[in-house]
Amino acid sequence: MADGAQTSVPDGADKAELDRAFEQLYRDHLRDVYSYSYYRVGNHHDAEDLTEQAFLQAYRHFERARRESNGRPLRPWLIRIAHNLASNYHRDRARRPQKVLEETDPIAAPHGTERIVEGREELQRVIENLEHLPDDRREALIMRFALGMDNREIARALGRTDGATKVLIHRAIKQLEQELGDDE
Amino acid sequence: MNEQSQPQGPRSEVEELLRSALRPIEPPESLPDRVEDTLSAVTEAAAEELSAWAEELSDSELRALRDPRNWVRPAVAAAAGGVAGGALVLIELRRRRRPHGASALAESLRSRLP
Repeated sequence: MADGAQTSVPDGADKAELDRAFEQLYRDHLRDVYSYSYYRVGNHHDAEDLTEQAFLQAYRHFERARRESNGRPLRPWLIRIAHNLASNYHRDRARRPQKVLEETDPIAAPHGTERIVEGREELQRVIENLEHLPDDRREALIMRFALGMDNREIARALGRTDGATKVLIHRAIKQLEQELGDDE
Repeated sequence: MNEQSQPQGPRSEVEELLRSALRPIEPPESLPDRVEDTLSAVTEAAAEELSAWAEELSDSELRALRDPRNWVRPAVAAAAGGVAGGALVLIELRRRRRPHGASALAESLRSRLP
């Protein structure tokens, strides 16, 4: 690292401040990391493992990430860690996730009974078709819709430019739209 | 938890469906405890490792270093090291200055000539 000479071991007060900042990051984004992990691996058990590993890695590199972020939010960095861990998970198992939905109810808002049944089927089709998308398109859509990340955040998490990310998401939505249309 | 930002521009039907299908997933209640336990264990292990290292040092080096008579030895060693190092540098410089091989033979012959 180029700034190796500037790296310093935090003293007691710095360490306490660093730990407080990490605790805040953890509280703010536990659900984001878990959601992302869950949609990537498709089951709660592995999503828990991935989330734990992601925060462990984040803790180890937090000081440096904070220093290099120049005050920018650290959520993309955190999601990038989860993203890399999920990629390793799939590489190790050399298979795609079985099913994205395990036990979750995608409809939390109250609807009429008919709407719920119709909605469930429709949402199930969305999830199934999502699985047919190329990995990068699916990952970008998870970040956008499950985590509510904007283009800039997604770009940082995926290590792409803002423009390339905008195109990626546009194409992902178009492809999904087309596949859903083909199903009907 | 963080406020979700909404994408800009008009939303298509597919986007609305995606928004409904990809709801954020609440982590299980046990997960925060599990993550916090792991982080605590890691930091404690690091602290113990540091403490063990310090204890190891206090058993041997620290006891020796408390005795002022032992302060002389490291100082002499450092000085001797410096002198020895300096001597090695001088020898090496002289060795490099001293001609050897064909040039040494030529110099030797030249010195014998009247």
